[in-house]
Amino acid sequence: MTETNTLMPYDEVLARFEPVLGIETHVELGTASKMFCGCPTGFGAAPNTQVCPVCLGLPGALPVANEQAIESTIRIGLALNCSIAEWCRFARKNYFYPDMPKNFQISQYDEPLCSEGYLDVEVGGKVFRVGIERVHLEEDTGKSTHVGGATGRIHGADYSIVDYNRAGIPLVEIVTKPIEGAGELAPEVAKAYATELRELMRALGVSDVRMEEGSMRCDVNVSLMPRGASEWGTRTETKNVNSLRSVERSVRHEMERQGAVLAAGGRIVQETRHFHEDTGATTSGRSKEEAQDYRYFPEPDLVPIAPAREWVEKFRVDLPELPRVKRARLMAEWAVSDLDMEAMHNAGAVELVDATVAAGAPAADARKWWMGELARRANESGTALADLSITPAQVARVTELVASGALNDKLARQVLEGVLAGEGTPDEVVAARGLQIVNDEGELSAIIDQVIADNADAADKVRSGKVAAVGALVGGVMKASRGKADAGRARELILEKLGVAG
Amino acid sequence: MSLTRKSAAELGRLIASGETSAVEVAQAHLDRITSVEPKVKAFLHVDAETTLRQAREVDDRIARGEALGPLAGVPIAHKDVFTTVDMPTTAGSRILAGWRPPYDATITRRLREAGLVFLGKANMDEFAMGSSTENSAYGPTGNPWDVSRVAGGSSGGSAAAVAAYEAPLSTGTDTGGSIRQPAAVTGIVGMKPTYGGSSRYGVIAFASSLDTPGPFARNVLDAALLHEAFSGHDPYDATSIDAPVPPVVEAARQGDVAGLRVGVVKEFGGEGYQPGVVARFHETVEVLESLGAKVVEVSCPSFGYALPAYYLIAPSECSSNLARFDAMRYGMRVGDDGTRSAEEVMALTRAAGFGPEVKRRIMLGTYALSSGYYDAYYGQAQKVRTLIARDFEAAFHQVDVLISPTTPTTAFPIGERVDDPMAMYLADLCTIPTNLAGNAAISVPCGLADEDGLPVGLQIMAPVLGDDRCYRVGAAVERALAERWGGDLLSKAPAL
Ligand SMILES: [Zn+2]
Repeated sequence: MTETNTLMPYDEVLARFEPVLGIETHVELGTASKMFCGCPTGFGAAPNTQVCPVCLGLPGALPVANEQAIESTIRIGLALNCSIAEWCRFARKNYFYPDMPKNFQISQYDEPLCSEGYLDVEVGGKVFRVGIERVHLEEDTGKSTHVGGATGRIHGADYSIVDYNRAGIPLVEIVTKPIEGAGELAPEVAKAYATELRELMRALGVSDVRMEEGSMRCDVNVSLMPRGASEWGTRTETKNVNSLRSVERSVRHEMERQGAVLAAGGRIVQETRHFHEDTGATTSGRSKEEAQDYRYFPEPDLVPIAPAREWVEKFRVDLPELPRVKRARLMAEWAVSDLDMEAMHNAGAVELVDATVAAGAPAADARKWWMGELARRANESGTALADLSITPAQVARVTELVASGALNDKLARQVLEGVLAGEGTPDEVVAARGLQIVNDEGELSAIIDQVIADNADAADKVRSGKVAAVGALVGGVMKASRGKADAGRARELILEKLGVAG
Repeated sequence: MSLTRKSAAELGRLIASGETSAVEVAQAHLDRITSVEPKVKAFLHVDAETTLRQAREVDDRIARGEALGPLAGVPIAHKDVFTTVDMPTTAGSRILAGWRPPYDATITRRLREAGLVFLGKANMDEFAMGSSTENSAYGPTGNPWDVSRVAGGSSGGSAAAVAAYEAPLSTGTDTGGSIRQPAAVTGIVGMKPTYGGSSRYGVIAFASSLDTPGPFARNVLDAALLHEAFSGHDPYDATSIDAPVPPVVEAARQGDVAGLRVGVVKEFGGEGYQPGVVARFHETVEVLESLGAKVVEVSCPSFGYALPAYYLIAPSECSSNLARFDAMRYGMRVGDDGTRSAEEVMALTRAAGFGPEVKRRIMLGTYALSSGYYDAYYGQAQKVRTLIARDFEAAFHQVDVLISPTTPTTAFPIGERVDDPMAMYLADLCTIPTNLAGNAAISVPCGLADEDGLPVGLQIMAPVLGDDRCYRVGAAVERALAERWGGDLLSKAPAL
C-alpha cells in the first residue's frame, strides 16, 4: 500500500493541538516453559521444534497454567503499584488466524490479574507519572512469515510459513491509562516510559526484554485534541514498535501526520499503523472501523486464579530496588549530576557502570569508559551498549591497568578494541598485542636521545629556557614508541638531559 | 457360556488365573464384532491386528508377573472422541477423517497401562452433538434391541457395542446425557462421574465445562471397576479434582440402601413422558422402598430452565472449541489450489467438513457470545446454572440421592427426529441438570416399557464426589430386579 504522508511542522502541531498517548506493551516472560504446556521457550531454535499437542492446539489437548508466569505477573503488578486481583479468570479471545493454533488466544478480559497502578518516569529532570490501567497475562501466537509479495504482509504473499515455537510463550500485557498533558515532551515521555519499563523488567528478572528479538514490543496510541477542546480526537495505534528510539520517533511522526490531516480538514481513521525504521514514517494497516468482535468468555479449561494474600505480600516484601530509586541512590554515590545520570540512563549504561563499579573500578573511570569509548563503538556498530561483547568485569580490569600505570588511555582504547574484536580478556590482548607502557628506562633513554638528535631546533629552544617547546619532543618520543611510553616520565627525562629544571 | 457373555470382572479373573488369555478373549470379541457389526454398526474403526498385538503384550506382561489391575486383558471399545496413538480418531466428523493422534488421552493411556485391550473406536454423534448417533458423519448405529431404532447418543456406538456383546466395557463422554441416555435406551449401565473426576485430556472437546468421560458396562460392578481404573487426579487437566477417587467399587459390591434417603424429582414426569417409562420408574421406587430406602418427593424448581441454559452454554463453548479445525495443521483441507487465501481455505474446509448439527450449534454459540448479546444469553445461562447447582445443594440436604427416569421415552426409530431438533433435544431433559451442576449420576436398567418392549433407565443422581452413592443404589436396584426377572435385562433382548 502506498500512501504519502504530509507532515505538519512539530512546533505548529504543538501550537494547535494537545497530544494524548496510550501505550500497550507486550513482554515475553523468561519462564523456562511455556504458559500452558511444558515446552521450552528458548529463542532461536529450529522452527517447530519446541511444540507439543497443547501449544499446537491439537484436538483434545488442554492448557495448564504456568505458576511461575502468574508469579512474575504479580511481581510486575506490584512493582507498578497495582492492586492484585483476589480472584480472576483467563478468557478466550476468539478470532481466526493461521498463526493461532486454537483460533482463540487465552488471555484475560474484564478480570485482569493487576490493575490501577502507575510508573514514574523522568524527562528533562522532571518526574512524569504514567497511570497503569491493567497488567494481564496471556499466551503469544506463532510467528508467520509471508513469502513473496511486496509488503512482507499476508496480502499479496505467494505463501506463508508458520513457526509455532513462539505459540504459547507467556506474554504480559501492560496497558497505560491515557497519557495527557505531556505537550511537546510527548515523544520523550513515551520513550522514557518504555525505557523505564524495560529496566523494571530487568530489575525484576522476569524477562530479557530484547526489543530487537521481540521479547518486548510496544503498541503506541496517539491522538490529537485541538487546544481548548474537551474531547479527545480519534486515535491510531502503531503496532509492534520494536526499539526505544522508534517509540519516540513514531509518536512524533504520528503527531505531525495527524496534525497535517486535521489542518487540511480531514479526519483521522481509527486504524492500526505500521512503523518503518528506515523512513521513520508510519503507514496504514488494518482499519478498526469495523471492529472485530472477539466474543470473549471465561476460559472453561482453566480454573480461576486466586492468589493468596500472604503469597502476594511475600512478593511485595521481596521486590528489588526499583530502577528510578536505584538511580537516585547511585547518583549520590557516584557524585554525578542529574544530566549525567539521565545521559547514562538513556544510553542504557546505568546497570553496566554499576556492575563495573561492583567489579572494583572507581565510578568516574567506569562511567568514562562506558559513556565514552564504548558508547562510541556501540553507536558505530549500531548495537546496544549492553550487547557489546565485553563484560563490566573486563572494563574494570582495564581501569585497574590504567591506574597501575601499565596502560595509558590510548593503549587502554586499543585493549578495549581487542576485547570487542574477540581477541580475549584484557590481559590476553595486552600480551598478544604487546601493549605495555615502556617502563624500561634504558630503552626510553635511547629513544629520547634519538629524538633530541633529530630535533635539534626544539632541543635548543628548551635549553634556552623556552620550556613549552618540550611538548614537541615528548610528542616525538610518543610517536617513536608507538604510544607505549609514559609521557610524564619522558618529559622529566628530556628536561633532565637538556639541563633544565622541570 | 461364551466369553463374550461374561462380565468384565469375571474375564479379568479368568485371564489373571490363566484359565484363558487376553488373546483368546480379544479374538472371541473380534469374532462377535464380525458377526453382528453389519447390523449394529457400533464401530468406526476395528483393526484386529492392533487389538491382538495389544492382547499379546498383556499376556506377556501377565506372564512376566507384572502387577496389573483387575481388568488386565479385558477388551474395551472407546468412543471415537478419545485420542489413541495406534488408532485413528475422528470424533465422528468428516473434518478429522483418518487423523492419527500423536498422543494418547490420559484415560486411554491409563487403561493401556492397566492392561485393557482396545477393540476399536465406537461411533458417535459428530463432536458428541446429538442424542441418537444419527449426526455421525459415518452413518447411524442401530440399537441391539431393534436395529431400526437409535442406540441413543452421543455415545451410541459405545452403548450399542456393550449391549450387543461386542465389548464388555466401553468409554463414553457425557455433556448433556450422552452416556446415561444411550445406556438407558440400550438396557445397560452408564455413569457420568463428578465433573473433574475423570480426565478430559485427550478427549476432543465439545463443551469444556460440561464434558465428562465415563464408563459403560453391562452391570454396575463392571462400570465401577472401569471407573476406578481410569480415575484419579490428572495434572494435564486443570479442572481435574485433586482428591481421592470415591470408593465406587466397594459401593458397587455393597449395594445396600437400607435407611438411605431417596428423593424423587417432582419436575421430571407428566406430559411428554412415555407411560411405559413412568410405570417402570414407579415400580423401581417401590423396589427401593421395599429394600428399606426412605423415598420422598423433592422439588427442584430451576430444573425447568436447564435445557435452554444448556443450549446456550454448550453451543457457546463449542463455537470456540471447534475453531481449531481450520485445515492449517491437521485434518481435512478443501480448496487449497494455490490461488485461494488461508481464510478461504479455512471457510471451504469448515463448510465441507462439518455436518448440519455442528454448524447449527457453532452459529448458535457464535451468536450467544456476540458483543451486545453476551449478557442476555451466555450471562443469563450461567446464572441459571448457579440456580440449578443451588437446587441440587438444597435437595442433597434433604436426601442422599435423587432419582428420575433417565430419559422420557424409549429408543425412537432412526430418522424420526432428525428434522426436529427440539424433539431430539428433549431426550436429554432429565440428564442435563447434572451436567450443569457438575455432580455425579448413573443410569441403570429398570425394565422394559409395556408398549414397545424396549429398555427403560433409572437415573440416580448424587452430590459432587458422591459417585459411590450412584453405584451403591444402582447395585441394589440391579440385584433386586435381577431376582425379579430371573437374570439381567439384556438376557431378554432378541438375538441379533
Ligand atoms: Zn507445548
